[in-house]
Amino acid sequence: MIAPGHTQRGAAFLHEVISQTPGGERLLHCLQCGSCGGSCPNGADMQYTPRTIFAMIQADQREAVLSSNTMWVCVSCYFCTTRCPQKVPITEIMYTLKRLAIRDGLARHTDAPALAKTFTDLLDRYGRSFELGLASRFYLFNKPWAMLKMGPLGLSMFTRGRMALTPTKIKRIDQLQAIIQKARELGGAK
Amino acid sequence: MKYAYYPGCSLECNAAAYDWSVRAVAEVFGLELPEIDDWNCCGATEYFSQDELTACAVIARNLALVDPQLDQVVAPCAACYLNLAKVDRLMAEDPKMGQKINEALSAGGLHYTPGRVRVRHFLELLHSDVGEERIRQKVVRPLTGLRVAPYYGCQWVRPFKEIDNPEYPMKLDELLSWVGAEVIDYPVKAHCCGGHMTQISEPQAFELIRRLLYSAEEYKADLIACMCPMCQLNLDAYQSRVNGYFNTNFKIPIVYFTQVVGLALGLDMHRLGFGKEIVAARPVLEAKLQAQAAAPQS
Repeated sequence: MIAPGHTQRGAAFLHEVISQTPGGERLLHCLQCGSCGGSCPNGADMQYTPRTIFAMIQADQREAVLSSNTMWVCVSCYFCTTRCPQKVPITEIMYTLKRLAIRDGLARHTDAPALAKTFTDLLDRYGRSFELGLASRFYLFNKPWAMLKMGPLGLSMFTRGRMALTPTKIKRIDQLQAIIQKARELGGAK
Repeated sequence: MKYAYYPGCSLECNAAAYDWSVRAVAEVFGLELPEIDDWNCCGATEYFSQDELTACAVIARNLALVDPQLDQVVAPCAACYLNLAKVDRLMAEDPKMGQKINEALSAGGLHYTPGRVRVRHFLELLHSDVGEERIRQKVVRPLTGLRVAPYYGCQWVRPFKEIDNPEYPMKLDELLSWVGAEVIDYPVKAHCCGGHMTQISEPQAFELIRRLLYSAEEYKADLIACMCPMCQLNLDAYQSRVNGYFNTNFKIPIVYFTQVVGLALGLDMHRLGFGKEIVAARPVLEAKLQAQAAAPQS
């Protein structure tokens, strides 16, 4: 449980992160050992390693945390999570930071939110992912020049029968959409 | 043995070789894999980055759709595997969240009781349910001399620690050795391929891919056997881009472990989906297997 003193001392952001992360209260037990950053395959590219991020969360530096590149460099490999001696669910906290940064318009230095949105829009519509649709929409709207480099790759996938030209739609898409709609209402998302 | 099968979106097309080889190998051992009727995408990591409850509800729909007669579901994709397993656990550990997920499912007339189905990866089925003895018995073409790098990636190995060692897993090593392959002690076998980072930031993604290819080459692997469609795609389809970026000359075929196992079981290469990989596996396989056939039998 969160000690009352934490919220009273103004660490509102700490409370926010904890309340939105499964097992998030373990964050209170962070020892600042740095095993997380040392285990991260992309740690060197992070503005702040997870250890620093956790100190910043405790210090209520909400905007600096949410506008950093840290969580966008996370590849969800879970090395930090399994190595953390205090069982802090670090990868899950990174997901929470991604959600908060997107919601508050603070996601910078990254195309990841656009990729995620394109991916889930297709899922909501068809019930399955659609790689060609994902790649073409994502590149067209975010980095059209990169499409040139992707051309040969796409072609070699296509010639090996590894790229579908049309999406697959599940039979009961209405059922899935009703579930998604309800989950959004319950979760307070739009 | 009968398991509900959750192929996941990649296996429908881009990773068809994985789907074909899973089904072909399962048939040899009498594992029945009826597909979950009307399953949907697991949302990969993308839904969790945006909306946790919706991410969980989308995944839970698949668990709720598992045939009531069956109590196990098998996913060959490591990302699908983790999502299914993660939501099942979350619902059990956090009943309030479980209740919300079920409330969302009820909008579609569905319900899921956490723990009702056990989520498995196809590797576990071969390694634990079929087991060493039966696998060895079915080998008709031992892959003697074929140097294979066993590549686990992340999301089957971690974050759950009870299936295999999260730092240095061994189950794929063992399985491949049972079919006669020369399994290299691949130091980066549980390191990350970058996942969707190839779409977001190429310099970071390419460096992670380079480390995996470099290590396999250092250990003189003939090929890398993987167990996730994302790993296969990144290492195979991006290999030439990685070569261009680092001025390297890697030419390592990336195949699914089920293709390697299927080969040892004597299954047809086309049926196992060989030829769909971009860096062709056939030349090295033919060279090694012919050399083996020509060698005097001991």
